[in-house]
Amino acid sequence: MTIKDIAKLVDGELVGAPADDSYDVKKAFASDLMSDVLRFSMEETVLITGLCNNQTMRTSEMSDLRVVLIGRDKQPDEDMLELAEDLDITLIKSKFSVFKISGILYEAGIKPLY
Amino acid sequence: MHYSFDIERGNFADAGQASSSVKRLLKQLGVAPPNIKRTVVALFEAEINAIAHAYGGKIDVDIDDGKIVMVVADQGPGIPNLDLAMQEGWSTASPQVREMGYGAGMGLPNIRKNTDELKIDTEVGVGTTVTMTVYFA
Repeated sequence: MTIKDIAKLVDGELVGAPADDSYDVKKAFASDLMSDVLRFSMEETVLITGLCNNQTMRTSEMSDLRVVLIGRDKQPDEDMLELAEDLDITLIKSKFSVFKISGILYEAGIKPLY
Repeated sequence: MHYSFDIERGNFADAGQASSSVKRLLKQLGVAPPNIKRTVVALFEAEINAIAHAYGGKIDVDIDDGKIVMVVADQGPGIPNLDLAMQEGWSTASPQVREMGYGAGMGLPNIRKNTDELKIDTEVGVGTTVTMTVYFA
């Protein structure tokens, strides 16, 4: 599934780095704990989180994440948006809860990381 | 090649910059992506630990043909019980650190998982030095 298709499903807004239309998202992982994110391989994965700060970006960088879906209507500040662009990470902002986002993506065929 | 980075106590805004620099460097050197991932996850966890728990410190990185050695040395409270600290889920992180998304008690276990050699020297009231080696071969 493309990043733009995911954004549509969660009524989301794309910010940060431009969405790469060739990037195929197959899996999702939901967590607000960044050390848990660092435990796993994140290829072809979207991170769903309510944690909205620079550490979300740094953790995503170390994990080779290309797309992060921020739920609960959290608003990234300018620093975070700049970092996302620098690191080539696309952010999807959604007003939905992390649980609702997870349910929508699961129903649409996105697989759990494990 | 030798590189050094300073760690500032509680400076979460810049946390991860050293690990980010090392990641870029390893990419430029053509290190295989799985080895880059292991290296930077371990270094990032150690960097965050030093920022979250200690009073400042220093990161020294040495890279040669086949390996990277990373030494994260902090001046801090030390680790009273290293066996407990190595257990998944055990954490002494402050509420502020948890708000940053850390403090899950996975830092040292993640470091152990991603390194080939790990040495931790710690003294209560003095500080902790974490020495991590990753072989690229």
